[in-house]
Amino acid sequence: MRKLRLATVWLDGCSGCHMSVLDLDAAIIPILRKVDIVYGPLVDAQEFPEDVDVTLVEGAVSSQADADNIQKIRQRTKTLVSLGDCAVTGNVAAMRNTVPVSKLLQRIYVEGSDSNKRLPGDGLPQLLKLARPAQDYVKVDYSVPGCPPQSKVISALLSGLVEGRKTETASKIKFG
Amino acid sequence: MKRITIEPVSRIEGHAKITIQLDDAGNVSDTRFQVTRVRGFEKFTEGRPFYEMPGITSRICGICPISHQLASSKACDAIMAVRIPKAAKLLREVVHCGQFVQSHALSFFYLSGPDLLLGMNADPETRNVAGLIEAKPELARAGIELRKFGLQVIESLAEERVHPSWIVPGGVKTPLQVVTRDHLLSGIPEAIETTMRALSLFKGKLDSFREEIENFGSAPTMYAGLVDRKGNLQLYDGELRFCDASGEVVQAGIPADDYAEFIGEATLTESYLKAPYYKPLGHPEGIYRVGPLGRINVSEACGTTLADAELQEFRQRFGRVPHSAFLYHYARLIEVLYALERMKVLLSEPEVLDTHVRATASVNAPEGVGIIEAPRGTLIHHYKVDENGAIVWVNLIVATGHNNYAIGKSVRQVTEHFVKGTHLEEGMLNRVSAVVRAYDPCLSCSTHALGAPAVSVSLLGPDGTLLDELRN
Repeated sequence: MRKLRLATVWLDGCSGCHMSVLDLDAAIIPILRKVDIVYGPLVDAQEFPEDVDVTLVEGAVSSQADADNIQKIRQRTKTLVSLGDCAVTGNVAAMRNTVPVSKLLQRIYVEGSDSNKRLPGDGLPQLLKLARPAQDYVKVDYSVPGCPPQSKVISALLSGLVEGRKTETASKIKFG
Repeated sequence: MKRITIEPVSRIEGHAKITIQLDDAGNVSDTRFQVTRVRGFEKFTEGRPFYEMPGITSRICGICPISHQLASSKACDAIMAVRIPKAAKLLREVVHCGQFVQSHALSFFYLSGPDLLLGMNADPETRNVAGLIEAKPELARAGIELRKFGLQVIESLAEERVHPSWIVPGGVKTPLQVVTRDHLLSGIPEAIETTMRALSLFKGKLDSFREEIENFGSAPTMYAGLVDRKGNLQLYDGELRFCDASGEVVQAGIPADDYAEFIGEATLTESYLKAPYYKPLGHPEGIYRVGPLGRINVSEACGTTLADAELQEFRQRFGRVPHSAFLYHYARLIEVLYALERMKVLLSEPEVLDTHVRATASVNAPEGVGIIEAPRGTLIHHYKVDENGAIVWVNLIVATGHNNYAIGKSVRQVTEHFVKGTHLEEGMLNRVSAVVRAYDPCLSCSTHALGAPAVSVSLLGPDGTLLDELRN
């Protein structure tokens, strides 16, 4: 049987949702027999590949680079999963939305600096005005809330997707 | 002039980019280590009630949420001007030790393990945790179990592994049950055994990494970390100490409130991550490093039996204050041992079972500073509040931030040594990423941000034409 091609991406989030995937502990071993991780923070692939079966997206879309990436990811992915509250609603990533970007950067790099007070920017992705959930940019197939989602929910979802059936996660999920 | 870009740097916790500039002769003329995300916790938390800060700042990092909750709660303890109950202090340190175990196990087995145990030049397709499970199933499983044990310590006390809400201003929410204590104590021996095994495996491989040890960020720097009154390793409490590159203590006994007298922060034009420096020397002369290697370099000893025996052997091999960033891996394993031994000591104290675990008070001081040693180094939360307890000002100096400038310098050194002119090989670029991994940077923490994977490299001619390209 062809292995499921899984990608995981990490936009504006804290990595907690990725940790919840690893919190499957040794139960991840049988899953890895049926799944190839083709892209993500745990592997060395450099370019988001074509023909990905499932992509788990952690974090909100917060910078221009995120906005560009989520489009490319959507085009190359069959089933897109928003993993965790930041990807689903914006959550903590969106707490900055009440503050203008210029004021945010000014506070950190000018007022909050003792030396070389100035805004960075040389070759860095620009922050968008608002951090927003993935579904504001692209079609999302599954939304799995939680901060982070519980690993048993992630496990149920992945097992279902490996077997090619539509998975019901709503009864197991919780926000926060 | 030619330019090589590695973006994103893979198997690290965060978004980073490395750019290498070569001159016409193919020699390295410049390198840049850039952190490419910013999240703004210091600004958007203004106006929030201070007691929300442990919960909000926990979301800076899903790998070490406990660190942020602890530093934040300590800052809140200071705002309330309370001395927390003894049991609460012991229990906070117990979960902190659990966090060291899980975070260091993640770094060693999941992120750097593929380089260390499969090889720097191993096939990039399988040079990852799945490949490690395939090639060394028993060892990989032991690593997974070690990480799990650390998380079980957190989960059994705090109820959740990631972002629990058990650590609170004034102490912790619930006391420890006898049955939980006994269960945790019973798991320590196996965790110690796994750690000893990883240590002996790593030591057995040191000879094959001689070139990396010599060239992985071996430039001398100062070091900083918390120590106890005897000058021994301390993770939860203690006083901040700086030592110079020879190990001479240049400033000892810095209380939390005085950190800003000694630590300044410089903005770097090309990075969202600021670079802290030792203020008396200025930027960039005041460069210092923190984290596992920094801590054992500033400490006289660990203060526990097995960890001290390993530390002694480490010093026999490399001297009292070694500088190679490759040795962060070694120091990290010694610290896992320390955390496990320390956990046993803490859980064996009779007061650990006391049911009074939380002090209550409202705002009694206009500001508070909390400092702890997070797995990646010294973590500082500093808050100012108004009379109602609403946050008016926040400063966060995060572990990886201290190492920012040193990581940049290490990247330069590794590049100069391993990256040769006009022909690129995947293995040499993996080493450039590997030196970043050695620091186990948490860039989500440091920019109050987070990241992605991978190495993409192109070698461009002065007019922008593609000379060589490397894809894995």
